[in-house]
Amino acid sequence: MANILKRNKALSVNPLKASQPIGGSLATLGFNRAMPMLHGSQGCTAFAKVFFVRHFREPIPLQSTAMDQGSSVMGADENVREGIRSIAEKSQPALITILTTGLAETQGCDVQRNVREFRENHPEFADIAVVGVSTPDFTGSVETGYAATLTEIIRAVVPEAKTVGTYPGKRKHQVNVLVSYMLTPGDLEALRDIFEQFHLRPVFVPDISDSLDGCLTAEDFSPVTIGGTSLSEMATLGDAVATLVIGASLYKAAELLEEKTGVKTYTLDHLYGLKANDALITILVEVSGKDVPERIERQRAQLQDAMLDTHFMLGQLRIAIAADADLLDAFVDLLQEMGAEVVVAVTSCNVPLLAKIPLSSVKIGDLEDMELIGKAEKAQLVIGNSHAVDSAERLGVPILRAGFPLYDIIGGYQKTWIGYRGTRQTLFDLANLVINFTHEEIPVYRSIYAQKPASELSEPLGHASSCHASSCH
Amino acid sequence: MKTTKNIAELLDEPACEHNKKEKSGCAKPKPGASAGGCAFDGAQIALLPIADVAHIVHGPIACAGSSWDNRGTRSSGATLYRIGMTTDLTEQDIIMGRAEKRLFLAIKQAIDTYHPPAVFIYNTCVPALIGDDINAVCKSAQERWGVPVVPIDCAGFYGTKNLGNRIAGDAMVTHVIGTRDPDFLHLSIQRAEIIVHDVNLIGEYNIAGEFWHMLPLLDELGLRVLCTLSGDARFREVQTMHKAEVNMMVCSKAMVNVARKLQQQYGTPWFEGSFYGITDTSMALRDFAKSLNDADLVERTEALILREETRVRTALDPWKARLQGKRVLLFTGGVKSWSVISALQDLGMVVVATGTNKSTEEDKARIRELMGEDTLMINDGSPKELIRVVRNYQADILIAGGRNMYTALKAKIPFLDINQEREFGYEGYQGMLELVRQLALTIESPIWKAVRAPAPWKNQRIQGG
Repeated sequence: MANILKRNKALSVNPLKASQPIGGSLATLGFNRAMPMLHGSQGCTAFAKVFFVRHFREPIPLQSTAMDQGSSVMGADENVREGIRSIAEKSQPALITILTTGLAETQGCDVQRNVREFRENHPEFADIAVVGVSTPDFTGSVETGYAATLTEIIRAVVPEAKTVGTYPGKRKHQVNVLVSYMLTPGDLEALRDIFEQFHLRPVFVPDISDSLDGCLTAEDFSPVTIGGTSLSEMATLGDAVATLVIGASLYKAAELLEEKTGVKTYTLDHLYGLKANDALITILVEVSGKDVPERIERQRAQLQDAMLDTHFMLGQLRIAIAADADLLDAFVDLLQEMGAEVVVAVTSCNVPLLAKIPLSSVKIGDLEDMELIGKAEKAQLVIGNSHAVDSAERLGVPILRAGFPLYDIIGGYQKTWIGYRGTRQTLFDLANLVINFTHEEIPVYRSIYAQKPASELSEPLGHASSCHASSCH
Repeated sequence: MKTTKNIAELLDEPACEHNKKEKSGCAKPKPGASAGGCAFDGAQIALLPIADVAHIVHGPIACAGSSWDNRGTRSSGATLYRIGMTTDLTEQDIIMGRAEKRLFLAIKQAIDTYHPPAVFIYNTCVPALIGDDINAVCKSAQERWGVPVVPIDCAGFYGTKNLGNRIAGDAMVTHVIGTRDPDFLHLSIQRAEIIVHDVNLIGEYNIAGEFWHMLPLLDELGLRVLCTLSGDARFREVQTMHKAEVNMMVCSKAMVNVARKLQQQYGTPWFEGSFYGITDTSMALRDFAKSLNDADLVERTEALILREETRVRTALDPWKARLQGKRVLLFTGGVKSWSVISALQDLGMVVVATGTNKSTEEDKARIRELMGEDTLMINDGSPKELIRVVRNYQADILIAGGRNMYTALKAKIPFLDINQEREFGYEGYQGMLELVRQLALTIESPIWKAVRAPAPWKNQRIQGG
């Protein structure tokens, strides 16, 4: 439905976009004993590492093929092979992903061939999964890089039902859940809780709630991820009763999984808001054959109550959102459910989902675009990542921090947005940001005949109370 | 793209001790086992603090997208440096050869929207590989729009961060320094009897605003800082750096090529110094006075040092009692280590080991002089090794760059961030007070007991069993 407004300027100012290798790394980090290796110059990895460390406040395993002048010009095949071997020897990982950067792709790399060559030369490392993915940063975004990497990992490590004899429903309680990058570790924990109330055992693919959740372990140090989906579990996906995929960016990955395993797929674009969570619960009832537990009924009723309480603040609220497509779509649904108006929707790259978002237009652009349109459209609240904090300040409106990266707050990665409970908290958070100053105050008027004390006459005329809304600036 | 010859010239730095022996700081990175940034990273760190310039990263999104708005440096006014700008090259730009045109228009857009005094263009790997001629684009953009446009050819694959620092410095010497004379020193700010001397600081980044601990003292002494390269600098200040009477290389040799070239081209002498620690801060002030050959300045400097040292030592006394004898593992590259060691020794702390992977032989000699012959020097900076040394040498705290922070915390080891991402300023006399506060904050924290002890029921089981 939405009209897609393409990029129309040469310079990207205050970029919203994070690169495909970032997305690919994030997907990899959700697997147990995993190591992503970016195929590019050292800086590609250093920047990505800092990006994640600032967001998760965790040590992040991430390696580089360390292309230099020579290999950039003459070919970097040896860098890839040597890099894989070095990680395999030093860190005993279960999974290595090789994620290409713009540099490697422009040079004309062929990581699939490099992986084959490595396999032939190093049979001793045959039990380590090595997956090459094309994730150049001159196309796509964190969302597409994440999806591409997850697809390739599924292609490489999930066995065909025909060859290994898995069959749907062999594990009666197991549900495979493919989760979009927009779900936080906090979201996944909440989701696991919901599944367990239906006596279902979710296998998250990938599972950053187990590897990037800020857990203090007994071990001092590990060169690879601790926690995350294990590859042995990936081999059982074919035995599950169902696959649930959350996030439109992963529908292709889900198709591949169904093709390989024959397990039926249920799709959900997101889990924000009443309607989306009703859809989730309906699926869980169908898959488990159980009634909706009382606790969940109660949480639903609590959300409805919160919707009543917050609609006064959120109704007609003019909102600017800057987010990648899956997350943008989720917020639009949630906010429209509350009667708010999304007046600015900026996203980082064009994907099929955008056209379906129920808005008149979606702008492919950066935070400067969000700021300019936000100003023109008199936005009253911004939803975006930590980079958007300055933009919101310049617009003179509050910001709800969401997405990647969140570096100016603690624990942003752990916030729970989904489920009836997470949605309720999100509504409270939104309402609290605007509770005191969205409605336009009536300017004070002093009668020319008034008999107020003389001391008041010297006070400047202004609004009755302090306010920060855009109308005041 | 820079030729291998260009790069070799930049790597060959006669004023750097690495030249004399093995170039340990410039070692070839190993695939699958490497850490550290790239030349673009280094160039951006070196110049981004110039606050009123439009900094445009020419390349696909990853270079700017993962790194903009990521510096601890502070500005006293202009904020343009905090606006992230990139040509965000697409596949089509690269295949169809439209990247140069996009860059040209991007420069125009930056000038039209933000009216900067200058635009800096950072070249990255992809445009370097496809052969974009950024020098030509910058030249014609400058002619067309009448604003200085400076090419900084710093593709990541050229080499290390350190090389990037040098490329950045080289670009300043080639394109910016010497293009304007300093402002006339207005009578109203002149003081009787005091001769004002013009100086530069090279490699001072004003992290967390820490240079503002030192600047009032320099003002007091009548040292006019024409420019710091590059903390809280403005383009018009960088232009005047050729007129300084003396240059101070702050702490790190990263931009030593700037000092050397300014000496070659303009005869400006330079010295190396640090504002970390009481001893080194005083030493740097003395070096200024000495090299400026002004007897009155020497006298006033000594008086200022006496006053400041007395003041800060009194303020430090209660802290010193708390930190006395605490054992430190210091892991920071290069010259910074001896500089920080002296600061820690001023506090009565014991440095049990230090990282020397980037240090020169001269640095190492200096470290030995400060710490004695038995000092453990660590070359392997892997998380595993750092943790091992902390345990074996019973260090109370690890002081290192932010990259190692979560390594330390996961191993439940107190930690202090010493690198450029930090949020606190440790420079000068005043900075020492912040340093002790931060050291005590983490070392004395009650949380260490809480996070190291097992859960009570696990204890009981052990006692019971």
